Amino acid sequence: METALFYILAALAVLSALLVVANPFSRNPVTSAMFLVLTMVSLTGLFVLLHAFFLAAVQILVYAGAVMVLFLFVIMLLDLKEEERRRVRWTGLAAGLISVGTILTIFVLRLGEFEAGASAAPTLEGQTPELGRLLFERYLLPLEIVGVLLLVAMVGVVLLSKKELK
Amino acid sequence: MTPALHHYLIVSALLFSLGLLGVVTRRSLLIIYMSLELMLNAANLALVAFSRFNNHLDGQVMVFFIITVAAAEVAVGLALIVAIFRRRQTTHVEDLATLKL
Repeated sequence: METALFYILAALAVLSALLVVANPFSRNPVTSAMFLVLTMVSLTGLFVLLHAFFLAAVQILVYAGAVMVLFLFVIMLLDLKEEERRRVRWTGLAAGLISVGTILTIFVLRLGEFEAGASAAPTLEGQTPELGRLLFERYLLPLEIVGVLLLVAMVGVVLLSKKELK
Repeated sequence: MTPALHHYLIVSALLFSLGLLGVVTRRSLLIIYMSLELMLNAANLALVAFSRFNNHLDGQVMVFFIITVAAAEVAVGLALIVAIFRRRQTTHVEDLATLKL
């Protein structure tokens, strides 16, 4: 059951990620955004399979909720038509494919090395109280810094959205 | 056979590579931005998988911070894109090759 769910969710995530990046049917940014939402949702499923229930909830709330709504808002605000087709720069495409292929090869080669070792049966459950305790004890300073970062981001966005950039 | 660590890591690597491909090859600022989000999510998946299979919650705390920082980054980045679009009426990266506004 868990294995079947894993394969379904993983295939869904990778397929919809592919459709975000290179959709053969539509160049519309809204389509890409929708497939990105699908990727987020299937990643949430994978988080649940990994027993990270709190992070699954946060992923849905923050990514599928706030971030993607922001994306759609901006796409519709800018009123982008279909991305016009321009001449594909083959050098750029080749460079991209080569770098991606290299990175993927390195990943997979490294993964093959510890395939036997690190697969011990997991015992950790997604203990949300434990996570909260960790967050407010050992990681208190980073938490405060992240709070300040959010404030700075908010002030910056308000400043950037002013009509006159001075 | 339940999925082991390397299954999750392979999915994560694939997602990361797709995101990188999008950043390198696509020409629309918004699509590039979405691909960046995809790469962040791939890193999140790897961290959660490591956290589960190493019996450490620290990975999940890290993912929590990554999600927060990504939210802030998206807000600022999209505000910048809107500001650029107001000034130049385009979000195509090849039209934005100069530093001058």
